Amino acid sequence: MSTAAQTVKPVMPARHYLNDNYGIRSWLLTKDHKRIAVLYLFSITFFFFIGGIFASLIRLHLLTPNGELFQADTYNKMFTMHGVNMIFFFLIPSVPAVLGNFIIPIMVGAKDLAFPKINLMSWYIFMVGAFFSLYAMVSGGVDTGWTFYTPLSSGFVHTNVILMAVGILFAGFSSIFTGLNFIVTVHRMRAPGLTWGRLPLMVWANYAASLIMILGTPVLAITLILLALERGFHIGIFDPKLGGDPVLFQHMFWFYSHPAVYIMILPGMGVISEIVTCFSRKRVFGYAFVAFSSIAIAVFGFVVWAHHMFVAGISVYSAMVFSLLSYAVAIPSAVKVFNWTATMYKGSVKLDTPMLYALGFIGLFTIGGLTGLFLAALGLDVHIHDTYFVIAHFHYVMVGGMVMAYLGGLHFWWPKMTGKLYPEPVAKLAALITFIGFNLTFFPQFILGYMGMPRRYAMYSPEFQVLNVLSSAGASILAVGFILPALYFTWSLKYGEVAGDNPYKATGLEWQTTSPPPTHNFDVTPVVTEDPYHYGAEEEVTVVP
Amino acid sequence: MQSLPLFPEQASTVAGQVDALYLFLVLITTFFSLLIAILIIYFAIKYRRTPERTAEQIHGSTLLEIVWTVIPLGISMVIFLWGAALYFHIQRPPGNALEVYGVAKQWMWKFEFPGGQREINSLHVPTGRPVKVTLISQDVIHSFFVPAFRVKSDVLPNRYMTSWFEATTPGTYHLFCSQYCGTKHSGMIGEVTVMKPEDFAAWLESGKAEGSMAASGEKLFQQYGCTTCHRPDSGARGPNLEGLYGRPVRLQDNRVVIADDNYIRESVLNPNAKIVSGFQPIMPTFQGVVSEEQMLQIIAYIKSMADQTGQPLNNRSTPTQIRDTEVPNVQQQMQQDQNQKPSGKQP
Repeated sequence: MSTAAQTVKPVMPARHYLNDNYGIRSWLLTKDHKRIAVLYLFSITFFFFIGGIFASLIRLHLLTPNGELFQADTYNKMFTMHGVNMIFFFLIPSVPAVLGNFIIPIMVGAKDLAFPKINLMSWYIFMVGAFFSLYAMVSGGVDTGWTFYTPLSSGFVHTNVILMAVGILFAGFSSIFTGLNFIVTVHRMRAPGLTWGRLPLMVWANYAASLIMILGTPVLAITLILLALERGFHIGIFDPKLGGDPVLFQHMFWFYSHPAVYIMILPGMGVISEIVTCFSRKRVFGYAFVAFSSIAIAVFGFVVWAHHMFVAGISVYSAMVFSLLSYAVAIPSAVKVFNWTATMYKGSVKLDTPMLYALGFIGLFTIGGLTGLFLAALGLDVHIHDTYFVIAHFHYVMVGGMVMAYLGGLHFWWPKMTGKLYPEPVAKLAALITFIGFNLTFFPQFILGYMGMPRRYAMYSPEFQVLNVLSSAGASILAVGFILPALYFTWSLKYGEVAGDNPYKATGLEWQTTSPPPTHNFDVTPVVTEDPYHYGAEEEVTVVP
Repeated sequence: MQSLPLFPEQASTVAGQVDALYLFLVLITTFFSLLIAILIIYFAIKYRRTPERTAEQIHGSTLLEIVWTVIPLGISMVIFLWGAALYFHIQRPPGNALEVYGVAKQWMWKFEFPGGQREINSLHVPTGRPVKVTLISQDVIHSFFVPAFRVKSDVLPNRYMTSWFEATTPGTYHLFCSQYCGTKHSGMIGEVTVMKPEDFAAWLESGKAEGSMAASGEKLFQQYGCTTCHRPDSGARGPNLEGLYGRPVRLQDNRVVIADDNYIRESVLNPNAKIVSGFQPIMPTFQGVVSEEQMLQIIAYIKSMADQTGQPLNNRSTPTQIRDTEVPNVQQQMQQDQNQKPSGKQP
């Protein structure tokens, strides 16, 4: 991009993973992690737009307080399916299964993931889950909320709860397999010289997320199976009428679903570390602290689940412990933000599209993280729990954070994945539109929440209308910001400039092979002799006391 | 659609305290967000890429890492302690509170005062006196949320939850269900009307029903045949309930539990869960027979016997008769501070 006109025009390599083989069979039976990543890319993009359509309809419905557009039941299905789609079929697989799948084996200098067949199987399992979930949606939908709280979900609603639970169960298994593959690959398949201290932070972050995937997801599976047993066979587990305890469901559900937040955000943090260093041409500030903060988040993330339950009837003392631990998990995230910012100090900063997304991430994730402090503060959470404040908070983390990171990463590695450049000015504009649209959509929701508007309301009190209209206006801008990349990425496949092997002059093994890479990634296994992010010569390194 | 308010009204004693913590956090958030935003913009401009200058490689700084670990940790500990102190205050009702009982169901709120006055989707409370709402759900989980009071409590189907507040400003405020509970979740709303104490007393007087909760409870007690076993002269098949409420009870397995609302409810619906020491598990379940409203009335009746000089629970030979209960009327109750500390020890 910056150096496009300098020397000879780069050309596409003669053979690469995209033209190594042709035909639908070569894609559906591929064991190549890069092709599987592309399969995932198409699948989750589809689900992102399905979830996005639900989101748009929700915002449209909320333009007026009396909810003229949809019946309450329809609205309830809308937000349930928005949540299920976005969380289980977009956010959780987004960075790991698409970007991670593509880039992690190359980053560690391997020919593929440790278990290529399991990798392909994980995509098929994901698609089976997706099929169940889609079938549940078109055959009447689900209206329990994505949280499936009992006894509402197990004994009261008449929608396709079990079908949807089966869909999520499958999606969960797919993410366990992805996590397993990453962990074994990172342990066993690093290139010579690529010590743990030289691993790119993207790898550290996905490694940490993989730990959560394999340790946490089975609990979700158990919870959903128990829910299905109670709903289908009236075995009393959660419903007090059958002798169960409804709060038990919440404990089990959040034991997975809170760490799942970190499954979603950690890989995004890894992407940001790659982008900020590349576009500042700097080593990352405090490599060890950024790397270990990922592990710290994964560990602490498992012991904060009951902060979703401060008004659900847990004892005041256990609430205190969970509040305290929730603050503990906030610290490693703060450490990352400070280190990314410090990485720009005395750098050579260029604001290309991936960097714009990364800086957007840092700003929005900071707000998302800091508003988490509100919700972890016990006495304050009593008021804002289950209001739009919570909605705003987790959309700042999940959309402002994770989706920004995913789009940043997709732009960053697009030239590597396709060998083509996207049109930079349009991409910059899209990043800006996304940033503005996002803030206009979700910032008013913080105020709505503090004003007391509960979440999941199909109708609301008229005094909340102004803020809801602002939010819906923002959503329409945000939609433009998300549609644009889909258009120009597609355009670039045919008309984009040839990128060349390393358009950003970035370090990292993925930039040392061709764009797109050959099926086996490297002709010769690379040997690593440098720390990651060795931008600039070793003599220039100065150490701040 | 004219003004754009940023805060809900403050109508309880804790509202100001919650808002203070909120504002403190808004300040912290604004400070750190601006700090990061300004640094990013400043670095992006000052260190923008130029052909003359290359980046200066810096490994990091342990000192800085410690600084930006310890300072956020310190600040978050302040927030934690502040939030926890406030939470303890919000979660623990004071002893002298006026009691109200609420039953939530898809999709309505029903409230009953000890005097027997009932309301649907509406709750009247006085200013200047703590009000304790004891809540239970008939079906799914709901949540009792009054934004103007800054209080919220989930309402569970299997045990009593409590929420308390002391209203400060007369007016009408929103009552929302904030836990998603099915189709008409957003229609499960009501109004909390805060009145001056004298107006409230008049309102209570005007709404006098057929009988107090305890009186209704006593009728139910006879109707369901509870008297067959739970009377001093009933052959001592079941424990005598005089003086039971709020006292410790020794169970067969030697555990000691306090006979509170949840204990009594469980003993009626699932009698074999906790067998009182010295008794046989012969009581049938009343699950599906006693409604949640009736249960609250039965508890009110048992509570009304709390102050009677009943014999210790485990004493089988109790000669005293249950007197006709003096029904506490609300005006009296409002003046007297009820102190129901567990007194005396059990044999």
